[in-house]
This record gives sequence, C-alpha cells and structure tokens, in this order.
Amino acid sequence: MAENAITTKELIKKENLVYQKTKLLTDDVMHYCPGCGHGTTHRLIAEIIEEMGIQSEIIGVAPVGCSVLMYNYMNIDMQEAAHGRAPAVATGIKRLLPEKYVFTYQGDGDLAAIGTAETIHACNRGENITIIFINNGIYGMTGGQMAPTTLVGMKSSTTPYGREVSQMGNPIKMTDLVANLPGTYFVSRQSVHTPGNVRKTKKAIRKAFEYQALNKGTCFVEVVSNCPSGWKMTPLESNKWLAENMLPFYPLGDMKVPEQ
Amino acid sequence: MEEFVLMKGNEAIAEAAIRAGTDGYFGYPITPQSEVIEYLAAAKPHERTGMVLLQAESEVAAINMLYGGAGAGKKVMTSSSSPGISLMQEGISYIAGSELPCLLVNVVRGGPGLGTIQPSQSDYFQSTKGGGHGDYNLIVLAPASVQEMADFVSLGYDLAFKYRNPVMIQTDGALGQMMEKVKFKPQQPRSKKSPDWATTGKTPDRERIIITSLDLDPSRQERFNEKLQVKYRTIKENEVRYEKIQCDDAEYLFVAYGTSSRICQKSMQMAREEGIKVGLFRPITLWPFPYNEIREMAGQVEGMLSVEMSAGQMVEDVRLAVEATVKVDHYGRMGGIIPSSEEIVEALKQKIIGG
Repeated sequence: MAENAITTKELIKKENLVYQKTKLLTDDVMHYCPGCGHGTTHRLIAEIIEEMGIQSEIIGVAPVGCSVLMYNYMNIDMQEAAHGRAPAVATGIKRLLPEKYVFTYQGDGDLAAIGTAETIHACNRGENITIIFINNGIYGMTGGQMAPTTLVGMKSSTTPYGREVSQMGNPIKMTDLVANLPGTYFVSRQSVHTPGNVRKTKKAIRKAFEYQALNKGTCFVEVVSNCPSGWKMTPLESNKWLAENMLPFYPLGDMKVPEQ
Repeated sequence: MEEFVLMKGNEAIAEAAIRAGTDGYFGYPITPQSEVIEYLAAAKPHERTGMVLLQAESEVAAINMLYGGAGAGKKVMTSSSSPGISLMQEGISYIAGSELPCLLVNVVRGGPGLGTIQPSQSDYFQSTKGGGHGDYNLIVLAPASVQEMADFVSLGYDLAFKYRNPVMIQTDGALGQMMEKVKFKPQQPRSKKSPDWATTGKTPDRERIIITSLDLDPSRQERFNEKLQVKYRTIKENEVRYEKIQCDDAEYLFVAYGTSSRICQKSMQMAREEGIKVGLFRPITLWPFPYNEIREMAGQVEGMLSVEMSAGQMVEDVRLAVEATVKVDHYGRMGGIIPSSEEIVEALKQKIIGG
C-alpha cells in the first residue's frame, strides 16, 4: 500500500465524501443482471426526484417486464400497471391528482407492442405526464424474445436466425412517432452506455420532470439500453454492440424541444 | 325537495354519478349505454362538482384509467356493454387483485361475439363467476327500475369503499333505454380526504405506498388469496340483498332479476288470476347470491322457474341453492329477445306445474 493511501477510517469521514447513494433508492438488492441499464436509469430518476425535492408530490407507474419490480427500489408511491397500460393508469392518476407529478417507466415490449394504443393516445391527448421508455430491443424478463424494437437481423429466442423484415416487419421507432404528435412537449432519445451518456440522460429526464409542472403536454424520454443476458454478451460487449448497432438506427438527441 | 323527473336508465346512472360525488368517469362509447357518457358530457360535471370526464381510446384504456384513479383513492366509474366489458376483464382482475374500489356498469346486450345491441342477461356467468383470471369476485347489483339504476350508484360506491372491491351494476339494454320516473338524492360533495392506502405522494410521516397485485413468492401470494377469500366470506354474510313479492302464500316461485323480474310480476298477476299461486323472488345482489333465502323457499313451494334472458345461467345458482329438494327449471329467450308475460306463464305450467 502506498504511504499516502487513504485509510478506510479517513475515507468514511464526511469531508471526504464525493458521492452518495440517493435516499430515494431503497436498500433492496436490485434483481437486474450485471451491466443492465435499468439500474442506472432507476438511479437517475431517484436522484432527480431527490434533487427536485418532489418525493411527496410524485407517483410512479411501473410496467410489466424486467422493471416490473421497480417499486421495490424507488422510495416513492407507485402503482403497478398491467402490461402496456401504464400510460392509461398514469392518465387516471394525473387527471384526478393534477397537482402531482406522474411518470411511467416502460420497456419496449410494454410501450411499443402491447401498449402502443395507450402510448399514442396518452401522448396525443397531451397528458401532463412523463414517460421514460427503456429500449433494449428485446424482451428481457420472459427470456430474450423479439421486441417491436429488435433490429433487423438481430437474433432473439423467437427470431433465432435473426429478425426478417418479410416476416416481422421493421423495428418501430416510437419516439419518432410521438415526437410528431402535437400533444408531446418534450421528446428526447438518450442512452446509458457511457458515463457521458448517463449524464446527458439525467439532464433529459430532469427536463422531462420539470416541464411536467408547466402542464404543456407529455414529456417523453427514450433511453437506449442494453440487455447483456438477452443479447448473450458481457456487459462491456453489450455496450459496444449498442454503440455500433443500436445507435445508428436509434440516433441520440432531443427530438422535440419547447420553443424558446 | 327533489321532484320526480322522467329519464332513461342510462341517463339516471349518469346523473346519479355526479350526485354521488364521483371524482372521475372514464369510458368508451358502445350501444346500448352511450347515453351515460353523452349525458355526462352535456351536464358539464366539471363545473358542477369538479368531476373528471374522459372518453378513453378503448375499454382497455378506460379500465386502466380507473385502476390509476382508484389507486389514487378516488371515486371512479365506467360503464359499458357486454363486448366492452369483456375487453375490461384483465383490468377488473387487476383492480380486484390490488383491492381497489371502483364502480362498473354493464348494460348487457345479447352475445356471444358482437351479438346484438338488444337487451340480454347473458353476462351473468361473467359477472358473478369471475370474468377475468384468478380467484376473485365482484359485488354485483341488479337494478330492476330506473330508480334503482340511480340508487345503486351511491350504494355501489359505499360497498366498493367498504370492502375495497370493484362493484358492478349489471343491468340490460331495456332498463338502460327505457324512461321512468326517478327521484335523485341531493348532491353529495366530492371527498376531500384520501384513504390511507392511496398513492398520493410519499410524505415523511408514512412509508411509501405500492399498489400491485404481483407477489412472486407463492406462500405470500397464497396468504393474500386467503385474505381475499375472508373478505368475500364477510361480503356473503353481510351484503345479500333480494326482494320477495307475493311469496307468503306461494306454491310456485319465479326467480328473476332486472328486466325479467318486471315481466314476471305481470306473469304472476296473470297466473294468480287463473288460481295459480306463484310468487317472485328477485335477487338484487347477483353476487353474493341469496342461496340461503332461496333454499328457505324450497320448503314452501312445489317448484321454481328461473326466468332469464339467457340460455340459463342464474338457474345453476338456484339449483345449487335448493340442492335438488324441489323442482327447478329455466325459461329464457336469447339474442336480444325479451320474453312476454304470456310465454312465462305457459313455461311455468309446462315445465314446473305439469312437468
């Protein structure tokens, strides 16, 4: 050990604190696979809620999919929606508690397959909710089946030879779709595969919460993420694959920003 | 003092919903009950009480809006008709599984499939035996007049919140469409307080609230189901409702609810004019079903005819009630046909008296 190395005793002193887990995350051990982007995105949301000081004013809606147990990790009031119905559930909450912040957290199967109608119509009505959309191009929870966002040629347990357009059509770009609806106020696509992208995602999600208070319409943030288990890669390989394959099809950046 | 007004059953439900202090109505148009949402839209409930009214993109969305609003502790309702209620079954199961209160109205039309827009009672099994997946029950109220359509709205909310359970008013296209005099209760204020189980934002003085029907641990899930069953037993013990008409001297019995029970009253009168002493037993709660009260009648009458606008659904519960101690048969019409009082008298003679 180097002579000037900090001891554990010194390390835990308050003045040496450089980072702290947000109190808005519970101490439950997350069930996510190593390297999965869900944990990172959960943390960002929890940090934003803590930083904005809105714990007592926010209600979250969890989806069906890998993040079905999100409510175990977030120290906020939450409701668990049926598969795909989170935007409808959030609509019910927000219409009856209009002074509160309401958000949904949904995967690609939930938001872009079974819940397409609820997504489109909540956004089209301009519900004053925030939708966080995790797109990893696969059904993680049920064991790696094709998602509506699975890339062409990408292998999954239901497309073992790769997704064929002639059979399964092209992956759907839901974020582009909702950006075209007059009901959305802020639409952005980000990713969590590098520290820099994590910071950008945090900024986008924070805006999506802050704008909700303006009552100007739906705020929608897609987070392009990985699924090391479903993609059958190491976490590192999956982040590299994401950058090389997902991002060319799902380019990052704000897609709709409020007019200044 | 409120005056009697003349109104359609569907409109009476809508007006009663505003007056009962409903916080939110979410629905999707379908014949023969679209007057509910149309009446609400015209009545400007937001100006009257602040009540939220939203036409959803589908029945699937509507029932999930109910789930969200109910989870926020609010008085929420929807109305639909048979095919739409079928679409809602997943959401109803979630609401029951999350122990949330809400009010559902099914203005039944003939089925199966797209069926017809004419009145029917063929959704009895769906309403009383589950409908969606899992072991759960709705409390099912069956009005037989426009007045009861109105009255059962506030009764439905009381039961829904008392037991944290979805309540369904099961009526039919005839009661929904026909006009009758009705007297409304005075306007009830919308509740300002939230129940302590509602998701309203986690404050420092309490733990976070999670509304879910998921528990992956089978032993905990079983314990939860046992708790639900205890609740259902309590409801069965305390909430059975029914009406007995001319049963004191009855030698035969009609068992009928809703529109059928009204026709049976005429049939009863006609049969009595011929010297046939027939009474009418009208279940008001289809679930919990008045098994004990019908069993008691089995000791008195020589036979029972279950009259329903279906192929014979409630008749199974009547048979369960009497446990083969007395003859039970069914008479009904299907596909949106309403039986005539003459047909019912004839069926009584052939199937019960002469049979």
